[in-house]
Amino acid sequence: MHETRKLTRFLAKYRLFVILAPLMMIGEVAMDLMQPRLTQTIIDDGVAAGDLSKVLQTGAIMIGLAVIGCIFGVLCGVFAVRAGLGFAADLRSALFSKIQKLSFANLDKLETGSLITRLTNDVTQLSDAVQSLLRIMVRAPFMLVGAIFMATLTAPRLSLLFIVLIPFLILVVAMTMVRAFPRFMKVQAKLDHLNNVMQENLQGVRVVKAFARHQYEVDRFGKGNDDLRDTTLSAVYVIVMVAPLMMLTVNLGLVATLWFGGHQVNDGDIEVGALVAFINYLMQALFGLLMFSMTLMRFTRAEASAERVNEVLASEPAVVQSPAASVPATMPGKVEFQAVSFTYGDGEPVLQDVSFTVEPGTSLAILGPTGSGKSSIVSLIPRFYDVTSGRVLVDDMDVREWDEHRLRDHISIALQESVLFSGTVRENIRFGKPDATDAEVERAAQMAQAEEFINHLDDGYDSVIGQRGVNLSGGQRQRLAIARAIVRGAPILILDDSTSAVDVATERRIQEALASLHMTVILVAQRISAVVNATNIIVLENGRIVAQGNHEELIATSDVYQEIYRSQVESGVANGQ
Amino acid sequence: MGPGGPPGDRFKEAAQVKDRKGTIARLWHYLRHERARLTIALLLIAGTSGLGLLGPLLMGRAIDNYISTGDMAGLGRLMLLMLAVYIGVSILTWLQARVMSQVALRTVHLLRKDIFAKLQRLPLKFFDTRPHGDTMSRITNDVETINQILTEGAAQIVSSVLTGIGVIVLMLWLQPVLAVVSIVSLVSWSLVVNRIIGPRTRVGFRAQQRQLGVLNGLIEETISGERTVMAYNQEQVRIGEFEAANEELRVHSVKAQTFAGVVGPVMNFVNNFSIALVAAAGGWLAVDGRTTVGVVASFLSYTRQLSQPINQISQMYNQLQSALAGAERIFEILDEPDEINAASTRNVITRGEVQFRDVSFSYDGVAPILKHVYLDAKPGSVTALVGPTGAGKTTIINLLTRFYEIDSGEILIDGVNLRDINKEELRRQLGIVLQDGFLFAGTVMENIRYGRLDATDEEVMAAAATAQADEFIRHLPEGYFTELTERGGNVSQGQRQLITIARALLANPRILILDEATSNVDTRTERYIQEGMTRLMEGRTSFVIAHRLSTIRGADQILVINQGEIIERGTHAELLDQGGFYARLSGSQAGGDAELLAAEEAEELRAMARAQAQQVHAGPPAGFGPR
Repeated sequence: MHETRKLTRFLAKYRLFVILAPLMMIGEVAMDLMQPRLTQTIIDDGVAAGDLSKVLQTGAIMIGLAVIGCIFGVLCGVFAVRAGLGFAADLRSALFSKIQKLSFANLDKLETGSLITRLTNDVTQLSDAVQSLLRIMVRAPFMLVGAIFMATLTAPRLSLLFIVLIPFLILVVAMTMVRAFPRFMKVQAKLDHLNNVMQENLQGVRVVKAFARHQYEVDRFGKGNDDLRDTTLSAVYVIVMVAPLMMLTVNLGLVATLWFGGHQVNDGDIEVGALVAFINYLMQALFGLLMFSMTLMRFTRAEASAERVNEVLASEPAVVQSPAASVPATMPGKVEFQAVSFTYGDGEPVLQDVSFTVEPGTSLAILGPTGSGKSSIVSLIPRFYDVTSGRVLVDDMDVREWDEHRLRDHISIALQESVLFSGTVRENIRFGKPDATDAEVERAAQMAQAEEFINHLDDGYDSVIGQRGVNLSGGQRQRLAIARAIVRGAPILILDDSTSAVDVATERRIQEALASLHMTVILVAQRISAVVNATNIIVLENGRIVAQGNHEELIATSDVYQEIYRSQVESGVANGQ
Repeated sequence: MGPGGPPGDRFKEAAQVKDRKGTIARLWHYLRHERARLTIALLLIAGTSGLGLLGPLLMGRAIDNYISTGDMAGLGRLMLLMLAVYIGVSILTWLQARVMSQVALRTVHLLRKDIFAKLQRLPLKFFDTRPHGDTMSRITNDVETINQILTEGAAQIVSSVLTGIGVIVLMLWLQPVLAVVSIVSLVSWSLVVNRIIGPRTRVGFRAQQRQLGVLNGLIEETISGERTVMAYNQEQVRIGEFEAANEELRVHSVKAQTFAGVVGPVMNFVNNFSIALVAAAGGWLAVDGRTTVGVVASFLSYTRQLSQPINQISQMYNQLQSALAGAERIFEILDEPDEINAASTRNVITRGEVQFRDVSFSYDGVAPILKHVYLDAKPGSVTALVGPTGAGKTTIINLLTRFYEIDSGEILIDGVNLRDINKEELRRQLGIVLQDGFLFAGTVMENIRYGRLDATDEEVMAAAATAQADEFIRHLPEGYFTELTERGGNVSQGQRQLITIARALLANPRILILDEATSNVDTRTERYIQEGMTRLMEGRTSFVIAHRLSTIRGADQILVINQGEIIERGTHAELLDQGGFYARLSGSQAGGDAELLAAEEAEELRAMARAQAQQVHAGPPAGFGPR
């Protein structure tokens, strides 16, 4: 419960509720515990003595206590719900804010899908746990202890039975859990496997169909499905023993009570009413124990959730702004790399000894195969990551000395993955500059060559884009992402391979429009056609700059550049003639 | 749309059941296979409930007949009987739980099997238009809800009803007056509680679910786009939106759950109230001599036993409701129309001649994608498909593979209408190599063998060698037995494509469809792919969505497609002579850059190559992302 305990700080704000809820619950339990005792009074003092008024009077007291118990119970619920949901809301909020403060390296490590689960499922799991902690986890032990206490008061010698029954019950629960747990782990693994097959068939449906492999896939799935059924059955067979075994224990206790109790009544040690009351206490005590063990199982799940949540909360942003962060005196938009090397985490170096300078208003193109480090270079400029060695300077100031917020305002970047948000086209473009006027938004769209398709949408700029832009094509998404970057109006513009799904004529028009803006442009490309007009070109291979210069210089001097050029352009001539 | 639609859909409010009767009937259809087990389970439940009812009765007897009279020998005999009854109850409960889990798991197994088999029969349109997340959720979550209701719910409902009826009958038989007191108290209170709290809880929960959907959507979207949010300094804006939605959820949840939380204590009160009433009324009757202490003790137990089913049935109702909604969503998939297939397997493809006759097609029935397309591909010829994105190149492929059905006109292969060729035969003779070559989790060997399942290891390796894939495969840590990870990092995109070429080679089809790689591949691998593809095309009728000049120039015919029509056709030289769209495409970029280039022709050709270098898929290619 170590991980769960760490989260109790989120309950501090709801201290009052956290204290009141269990108190109320104790009140409710106390009322419940009075009932058998009063039943005893009815039987022994009322019925046995033939005193009708005693019977009715006690009945009235029982109803009165039930009403009070109900009020306690309702209040407990009200407080527990408030504490649990307040806890959930605050925890969710803390997680969300934390994630906003992290940097790219943290996101790489934590993974998007898993972060989402942590914020949704795990938080819900924990909130449920808090609520049940405040209610059942209080109710069950008090019920157990209270009932044993009352039973002992009622019939001291009979209560010795508890000494036998309770350890036995605990043993039953513990033994089944020990046997069931590994089996359920296996079930989970088989289920994961089956889901993977399913997922693969959804993603690879074209391949399955193209090779007419239906039967093969059905067989493959069938095997996994059979396997899952059998494994689950073997686990379930263990679990289905728990309830009957517990019931049996409780009922054996009942029989034993009647037997020993009967003798005691016969001997005149106790009265019949006391025996009836004792039986009721026995039931209350044992069900309290059952409830307790069930809730305990839920808590083991909460512990896993707590661990995952704590991992996020404990993450330290990989990029930390220095207290003395500032901005340079002039910010024309110069970018300089000085002997930069960079490694993601503990892996292989991705960039080695990279140096170049981009003067304000000029353009730099970065060319190279996949995995050569192109995206890494541009990620270092807005300080998404920190360099391993060397320096990245923007306007002659190390990015580590920049005010982070100001640095990112100084740079517009269209990332490789063009993420859009649900909302209208206009809202998505305005994401780059929240106070942009409609005219600015439309001008950016024009420059990004997005205007034509936007006008073809049903509601033009006010058309609603589905989540992540599902109703747009890849090229359309990219153009909106470029418009978003343009509208920002920052002196430095970075396009990370963001025209790959745009046709060449359009790509060319976009480049021409950008040229008219007189910004510093850094663009990542894989096609040589996209880079020929750049002021400066660097060619990357395995994280090193292997050639640098403009197109004419490179075509004249660089073997690597020539090779790329040939493979993309001239091989056609050679083969064709 | 592309794969992997919005996973936020899974948080949508659970749909109400539209056709309850129909859904139940169809679920029953599945359960019918388990009739024998269900009957046994039903008998076991009846036995359990019956024996369970005996307990309190015997306890009452023990008090009245033996304890009160001091007949200890009699008490001993009765205790043995009770012992037997309780052991019986436990054994029957255990057996029943076993049988019901079998029923549940076997039914769910069958359901899963049917869904999967159905997925294999569905047309591609289903997969292209539905978010995969939604389909996955139906297969996993909805099936799981059905599993739960069958394992626990069904038996509990039956046993609750049986126990309820049994308790009522027994109570009436034991002491009618007390029975009426107990039943009226429990039932009337429960009805009142349900009437007052029920609707408020439902309304509250609906609001909570809706707001949870909104919040989860926001979370999902922000975190998926977190890098963009950070790059644009939008963290605070997003936090603001989140806080507002989060607070609203808290308010809705508190409302809903407070009402729901009241149910527990109130029902506990109903229980206690009824017991008090029974105790008082029983005491009164006992004082009057109209009943005994033992009967009152039995009644106290029965009252508790009766209150349980009343609580459970209302709880089960919700679970049942969501299981039915889940079942309905599953049946929706099962009801989708199958891919159309020719019944006859007589027509076989031998030569690989392909003809389109006046083919028109639209994906949505509104916007035509292909208009009156004619084409002829001779056996063994190479046809290059050229044109801007969205022109209809991929659509031609989708029709030829019969992934989609044409609206009008006809497609002939070896002179036989495509509709009259069995799909298995068609696809056996069609090889497809796509850019983002999809591979399955498994070894390289298994993935290549996917092309022909009975191929020997040697045949697989020979195919890999022809595809130029052998060299890099041998350099993998485990060679041909290297496990490929899902969408995985251990082979590059270009290498994946080499594997898919080998896979197609092994299948040895008559007709080939190739989608050339754009430029996501390093130079060396690109040459291998080029060479592999050339070898693959030898002797087969090939359709190439071409990006590379050499391919286009080498093609027997080039089809220039624009806005759903073939606007030009011919060889490279013929088309340049025509001076039309193709020639313009080739020449359009010649002006600006010409002085940068050594040869003017090279520039011309380069521009044209770029014009083709355009990927067709709507979704981002594999491996997209800043990693």
